Amino acid sequence: MSALETNAMNNDPILKVEHLSMRFGGLMAINDLSFEARRGDITALIGPNGAGKTTVFNCVTGFYKPTMGMISMTQQSGKKFLLERMPDFEITRDAKVARTFQNIRMFSGLTVLENLLVAQHNMLMRASGYTILGLLGFSGYRRAQAESIELAKHWLEKANLIDRADDPAGDLPYGAQRRLEIARAMCTGPEFLCLDEPAAGLNPRESLALNDLLRSIRKDTGTSILLIEHDMSVVMEISDHVIVLEYGQKISDGTPDAVKNDPRVIAAYLGVEDEEVEEVIEQIEEIQETDGEQGGKH
Amino acid sequence: MATTTYSTESAAGNLTARALREGFYAGLVAFGLFFLFVGLETTQNIRNELVLNQRWGLLAIFVAVAAVGRFLGVLYLQPWIASRKAAKAAEVEKAAPESFIARNFSKIAIAALVLMPPVAVLLFGVQGSLKWVDNFGIQILIYVMLAWGLNIVVGLAGLLDLGYVAFYAVGAYSYALLSQHFGFSFWILLPLAGILAAFWGMILGFPVLRLKGDYLAIVTLAFGEIIRLVLINWTEVTKGTFGISGIPKASVFGIWSFDVSAPNNFAKAFDLPMSSAYYKIFLFYVILALALLTAYVTIRLRRMPIGRAWEALREDEIACRSLGINTVTTKLTAFATGAMFGGFAGSFFAVRQGFVSPESFVFLESAIILAIVVLGGMGSLVGIAVAATVMVGGTELLREMTFLKTVFGPDFTPELYRMLIFGLAMVVVMVWKPRGFVGSREPTAFLHERKSVSGSFTKEGHG
Repeated sequence: MSALETNAMNNDPILKVEHLSMRFGGLMAINDLSFEARRGDITALIGPNGAGKTTVFNCVTGFYKPTMGMISMTQQSGKKFLLERMPDFEITRDAKVARTFQNIRMFSGLTVLENLLVAQHNMLMRASGYTILGLLGFSGYRRAQAESIELAKHWLEKANLIDRADDPAGDLPYGAQRRLEIARAMCTGPEFLCLDEPAAGLNPRESLALNDLLRSIRKDTGTSILLIEHDMSVVMEISDHVIVLEYGQKISDGTPDAVKNDPRVIAAYLGVEDEEVEEVIEQIEEIQETDGEQGGKH
Repeated sequence: MATTTYSTESAAGNLTARALREGFYAGLVAFGLFFLFVGLETTQNIRNELVLNQRWGLLAIFVAVAAVGRFLGVLYLQPWIASRKAAKAAEVEKAAPESFIARNFSKIAIAALVLMPPVAVLLFGVQGSLKWVDNFGIQILIYVMLAWGLNIVVGLAGLLDLGYVAFYAVGAYSYALLSQHFGFSFWILLPLAGILAAFWGMILGFPVLRLKGDYLAIVTLAFGEIIRLVLINWTEVTKGTFGISGIPKASVFGIWSFDVSAPNNFAKAFDLPMSSAYYKIFLFYVILALALLTAYVTIRLRRMPIGRAWEALREDEIACRSLGINTVTTKLTAFATGAMFGGFAGSFFAVRQGFVSPESFVFLESAIILAIVVLGGMGSLVGIAVAATVMVGGTELLREMTFLKTVFGPDFTPELYRMLIFGLAMVVVMVWKPRGFVGSREPTAFLHERKSVSGSFTKEGHG
């Protein structure tokens, strides 16, 4: 339902990945992958361990330079960025793509509030005249600092962390650190948010809270989200669009329901019993044939 | 009732027996260790023959100290420590309001430093105050300033720099050379020396930005040595190992001079007896002002986005990049800012000594400055100031301990043991307080209340 609404509202792709390949020595981590993430959607990237999901993320956010392919991001304003050509920090600063990490990366010695202020570095740098005006005590910086604290407060409330604002980030429990990492990414003012396993290690209640947080992020800010997730309750619940990877290749792409019933996905995830192997192979071949026919018609 | 007395008695007996046993073992180990070191001594006699002296008395003292020390330690010290620990654990932890001194420590310290020269003059006379103002005051403050400068690079940004003395040297030689060749005054050259040092900080920064941790430390170490070797070997400009002497003195903003022949001499202008002490007192206030400037700028910078980015860089560089922070320029500014204060300190050093030579800028200086930063607690200004006072003031104090000569004989020179004591002190402090004197950090912004962050959460940085 919500997917239909957002699609109707805005249907242009925000992120377009075309023929992306990434090779590490002899290993082809991603092989000719193409997909799109639509504006305002929550797109999920799933697949078994080692399928190349995090590699896709690292390519999109500039931490890896892809061997081949094109990754283009179109902002709301229509401005287009070719992400594979940009260094990682510019992707966040200029293209407005923010990310979180599979193993949480907090500034554990800084307080929760400071973590969120660091995320607003570029805005504050400009306001402080690249430190010089701020050092001389110009009022512009003080105003910008107050604004940045207001923004931080807004996201702390959203992430339900306002009571712990002055505690060191390393002191928070695991689930709170996950929420803080998302709040921190949102403080950079992104149009596209990449979350690497945001529900990993969360208990069911925290998982539900995460779903609510992600939905409200999309609803209130219009930020499109790309997420990697193993927790199917999160994926099926909130995503509008699911892409399944296996061995660096896309094996399925569609709505959660369509993907759930795709035999290739089931085979990839569950494996199949010996006596059913031939049956499944037949099914897959049929699907590939129909795919091929469709491709031919285009 | 009877049983408990019995058990305590037997426990006491056990303890004495254990203390005796351990004391004996300690004596045995000490004997084995010191037999060759202390018990035997080889000297040359007048005919250049090697003579073996036996020093059984001295060896006996060493062994006895070890044995008795261990015995007393086991019997009295260990139970006392254990009981104190137990008492401490039993004590209900309550947040005692900080005492007046603890709350206003830095203000009191600054006031004491400002009042120190006049008090020294009143107590010891004009000439007698020299020792306190120059040997202690200026010497310590130079190291405080250097350590505060290095603190920006190591303590805040987490970049291990073993060649900090290079920037000190750049500052000192900039002042020495530019004042001799162009006759610029101290007050023009002070900022210029800082800018030149910052420039060299950038030059060092560029190639080493890709390096992390140990590799960065080694390259910065090499950079420090390169600067020193250039100073030694570029004789046409630097006069090599002879150094540059006759560096002009600073003046009070050109109003009063400290040159004896000058008509506007400070002592003459105020009808005071001629003494070099006035110049030293003036220099004391200059370095105090420079050190306070360093502290002020550091405090201000920590509340700026750049300061927070430095600290974030120390905590996690990859996360910094994911937040759109250009880590290259952030690291460069840390290097340049730290180097700039090193350059200020260097030009002050040149004007104070009146003489610079490459010998003043050896690796040991970098090591001492780094040791002060680590000992004080990385990132903490107060801790570093305390560490500098203890380290530098301590070594100066050793010179004062002439009474030790009556104990160890007239050949004993306590200051030769300064490195030994320095090392020991470092080991002791690192065992007692692994995060330095002040391990916690003050947050730069807060919503509800300012709580200091325990040292167990902050990281040392890895690049």
